[in-house]
Amino acid sequence: MSLLKSTPFHPRTAPLVRAQTWRRWSGFQMASSYDPHPGREYAAIRNAAALFDVSPLHKYRITGRDAARLLDRMVTRDVTRLAVGQVYYTPWCDGAGKVIDDGTVSRLDEKTYRLTSADSSLRWLHLNARGMEVVIEDVSERLGALALQGPLSRAILEQMSPSDLRHLAYFRLIETTVSGIPVTISRTGYTGDLGYELWVDASRAVELWDALIEAGGPFGIVPAGVWALDLARIEAGLIMLDVDYFSSHHALTEARKSSPFEINLGWAVSRGKGPYNGRQALEAERARGPAWGFTGLEVDWESFARPFAEHHLPPQIPEVAWRSSVPVYREGNAIGYATSGCWSPLLKTSLALAHLRAPHLAPGTRVKIEITVEHRRRTADAVVRKLPFFDPERKKS
Amino acid sequence: MSARYDAIVIGGGHNGLVAAAYLARAGRRTLVLERREVLGGAAVTEEIFPGFKFSVFSYVVSLLRPEIIRDLDLPRHGLQILPLESTITPMDNGDYLGSWSDPDESREELRRHSPRDADAAAIFGRLMHHMAMAVRPILSMVPPDPTSLSPRDLMGLLRVGGHFRSLGAENFHALHKLMTMSSADYLDEWFEFDTLKATKSASGIIGTFLGPRSPGSAYVLLHHYMGEIDGAFRAWGFQKGGTGAISGAIASAARAHGAEIRTGAAVERVLVREGRATGVALANGEEIAAGIVVSGLDPRVTFTRLVEPKTLPANLVEGVSRYKFRGSSGKVNLALSGLPNFTCLPGAGPHLRGAISISPSVRYLERAYDDAKYGEFSKNPYMDIVIPSMIDPGMAPPGKHVMSIFVQYAPYALDGGWTDERREAFGDTVVKTLACYAPNIESLILHRQVLTPMDIERITGLSEGNIFQGELALQQLFFLRPVPRWARYHTPIRGYWQCGAGTHPGGGIMGASGRLAALEILRASR
Repeated sequence: MSLLKSTPFHPRTAPLVRAQTWRRWSGFQMASSYDPHPGREYAAIRNAAALFDVSPLHKYRITGRDAARLLDRMVTRDVTRLAVGQVYYTPWCDGAGKVIDDGTVSRLDEKTYRLTSADSSLRWLHLNARGMEVVIEDVSERLGALALQGPLSRAILEQMSPSDLRHLAYFRLIETTVSGIPVTISRTGYTGDLGYELWVDASRAVELWDALIEAGGPFGIVPAGVWALDLARIEAGLIMLDVDYFSSHHALTEARKSSPFEINLGWAVSRGKGPYNGRQALEAERARGPAWGFTGLEVDWESFARPFAEHHLPPQIPEVAWRSSVPVYREGNAIGYATSGCWSPLLKTSLALAHLRAPHLAPGTRVKIEITVEHRRRTADAVVRKLPFFDPERKKS
Repeated sequence: MSARYDAIVIGGGHNGLVAAAYLARAGRRTLVLERREVLGGAAVTEEIFPGFKFSVFSYVVSLLRPEIIRDLDLPRHGLQILPLESTITPMDNGDYLGSWSDPDESREELRRHSPRDADAAAIFGRLMHHMAMAVRPILSMVPPDPTSLSPRDLMGLLRVGGHFRSLGAENFHALHKLMTMSSADYLDEWFEFDTLKATKSASGIIGTFLGPRSPGSAYVLLHHYMGEIDGAFRAWGFQKGGTGAISGAIASAARAHGAEIRTGAAVERVLVREGRATGVALANGEEIAAGIVVSGLDPRVTFTRLVEPKTLPANLVEGVSRYKFRGSSGKVNLALSGLPNFTCLPGAGPHLRGAISISPSVRYLERAYDDAKYGEFSKNPYMDIVIPSMIDPGMAPPGKHVMSIFVQYAPYALDGGWTDERREAFGDTVVKTLACYAPNIESLILHRQVLTPMDIERITGLSEGNIFQGELALQQLFFLRPVPRWARYHTPIRGYWQCGAGTHPGGGIMGASGRLAALEILRASR
């Protein structure tokens, strides 16, 4: 038996992985890319439509009288204001206001919600549900999930579904059918582009995949893997657990923990809602101002290329995103660290996501980021940029 | 006459637009005048047939200079270059040669045909990389005059020499061979597999009136490798929305810097008073004043139509009249109801997302050239085919396709001249040749546009239909382009400047001449 689980789409995705470029994702076997290189898969996200298997997300169905109360207690956004058919993206914190995980909360009907998370959250849900009238089901393996992302994603789904998708707003969902298969479609995603996520019963997952590939063919649909997704999410300035920040449940030191303010999610910390995990600490932090912030860096090309030219080399540009801690300096002082970055094929520039100390966060601030050229540590000039780097109108229109 | 402008750029081709953007960026009040209603010159996208968009002439982006992309912030203005990852060449025996984006896949494919060539390709690639690294900086420099002793020229020559010295002796000798040999002979030194040599040498003949066995055709091989150096930067590929969208992005950047762009505004002549350009006169009689006038048109138009040649130095006029255009290629654009099915690789596989090269053997290409030498279009032409709708679905209605076929040879000076009948006969030849490899093609055609060099000249104004504003041949490159002593974008008329593919560093959607010309103009006016 394989060490890793496979998703309900595995029978279709596995034969497509031409160079055996597999990776792990939450204990599942997942394609880094289907082509040997992610170029075409990435291009589909920004030019046509890319189809991702995102089934390894943890998914919980929460029902009962106190379903809203439980979620409202847990996350930093005000779940009492979440309408039926609406989706929140939100972090959730421990009692000290340090982020445990981030994910989405969807309100499926009056008393039914779905929570998605990067990490397993069953224990945390049960701890918070003590004394509440609520049923928590882990539906992770019962539900398959696909993300269809890109400017033509809507045109594809419109052909396949009787619902009016043109009026499905950003971060809203509908229960509908796609080629006769019951699905939930949410206008959400991890690419910063026009896109949808489709939630389907695992027993009909393969059928849904086939229908999408067929209907999407004339629109240039391309199955895409994590490498392509990673490029897009960095351009969109979206953070990733265990890459850009540590869960407070797993961080080995206090210094490794982050508050929502410190990972650019301050906007998701409600100002008016009732008691929730971490409220006191977060309100205090808001009042005094967070010590760290999370922002974009754009690397200056000339200063990046120069050390390569000294060795008669063209600048080496990676085709996949990097995920490692890289020091950032200002006037010789270490002021923070970048946690992931990439060469943006679209913006034609090197991007990084970075934790910087509060005084250095103003857009336009000039800093230096470490690079390694011919076995030596060098620095390149970089400029602080507001996130997201790329934010097309079509994302919300 | 009002003086609302500091600079007027004649011709809204991509180089003219780049020049205008740089001038406007430096604060010059700049006006671009384009004769056609559509901007872009040879880099235009047009809906020739309802629902089907074509990059009518130039069809891929090659070597668009990264510094221009950055300086003008082109991604924010719509530049989006999509990968064009493969090339397949159908062979006469029913097999094919593929070249793919993955090095392992490409090597194994070549090994199938010749294990020796598969090994040689890697070493050849390394050599070409070194030479491309040495030559590439020249694309970004104003050509120095090697006969001049001015400090600036000497510095420029020193820089060129420095790049060449970094090559080392062995590579320098190889570079000398590359600059003098025919591409077929040069490739013979490395490879044995004929289809491989044919496909590689095809890139050396594009836009010239040379065959793969003509001396001087080898060096263009280098351009391909220069593209690879910028490969990760992805300055090479297919622009979303076609090549017209690149012109659109550059125009948008120019406007953002304050440039004004007028279409449907044909310039009749440049106004000159006492050896100085003072503005332009339009075909409709309107006169517009400006102290700087930049022609983005080709050298023949720049020096013999827009100004009085008799006011120019005789050796310049003589040089321009000797400058070779000799358009040698045509274009066939097809709207298709479905996908072609290639006998060598049936079905709608990944090969349809890349280039398809009809270049089965060196002999095939040389025979195609023979026809042209004697005044005929090739009975079996070389073709470089792409299906843009496979890469950008927006180019055609869902499920339908557009096909771009670059065809060589189609001589401008066809024996007996081009007529409507001969144009259609040329189109028939192209389709029939393609049908040898993809028999279903004829049944798919919804619309066909055939462009001979005569049509290219008529529509775009490019003299003799040469897609590079003059052949990219060694005797008219670098400090010789277009004419010795006048290779630095200036002219004998003060305030009158030239840019475009007819100046250094030549053709392709590079933008380099537009940028260098603008920088020279700004330097002169400092």
